[in-house]
Amino acid sequence: MLRSNSGFEHEYSEGVLYVRLWGEIDHHGAATLRGDIDSLIYEKRPQRLLLDLSGVGFMDSSGLGLIMGRYSLVGELGGSMAILDPTEPIVKILNLAGIKRIIAIEKTKEAKKK
Amino acid sequence: MRNKGFSSVVTNEMKLKLPSCSVNEGVARAVVAAFCAQLDPAASELADIKCAVSEAVTNCIVHAYRDSVGWIYITVKILEGGGVRVEVRDRGCGIADVRAARRPLFTTDPSGERSGMGFTVMENFMDILRVRSKPGKGTNVVMFKRLSRRGENT
Repeated sequence: MLRSNSGFEHEYSEGVLYVRLWGEIDHHGAATLRGDIDSLIYEKRPQRLLLDLSGVGFMDSSGLGLIMGRYSLVGELGGSMAILDPTEPIVKILNLAGIKRIIAIEKTKEAKKK
Repeated sequence: MRNKGFSSVVTNEMKLKLPSCSVNEGVARAVVAAFCAQLDPAASELADIKCAVSEAVTNCIVHAYRDSVGWIYITVKILEGGGVRVEVRDRGCGIADVRAARRPLFTTDPSGERSGMGFTVMENFMDILRVRSKPGKGTNVVMFKRLSRRGENT
């Protein structure tokens, strides 16, 4: 397996799974991210998944698949999901796909300060 | 006119040939972006080109050469007047119905969690998208984008 240029950190507390993705999200990195995030979702069974995209500098349509797939899985398990702090280029592709009609996109206080 | 508003005069040109390994998605978009940087484009324009190249190259890897590894040929031309022409070509399986493939959410691979938005991204992030394909022969994607010069970005 060649080095991936993406990854994530996570925290879990009281039903909320917080996942902060970083790097460039493309087809190459998406499979690993998908597997690792899904393991966490199955393990924690969160009521809410927060997907922080503030550290993602690049994302193509593979990222859309990644987001929609996690949204479906969390929903199947009875939870909800929100996207936090996407950067400008990421907002552009999210809007193109009409993601905000399906998943809430939220700005946290920290992102507003920048 | 064939390529509306784009000069046919080429001022610089680059060719890149990569095997269809997924790690090369990032390589391809980084190299194309580095080459386009000589036009001093806005960050958002460069981001658009990177995304479009990533989609075209991913299509080659996921669809054109789905059961094999083949060459992906990328040609980038800087056009007089500040335009860029990007061509991504493969000798893979080809697309039977290009019109259907270009529709949003179309995918031949629903199991793989593909969003079906690849061509839609290319179409929206670039100014012109041309797709030619022959089943069994391969696919040729040509994209044009006009770049604003520094000082004209706002």
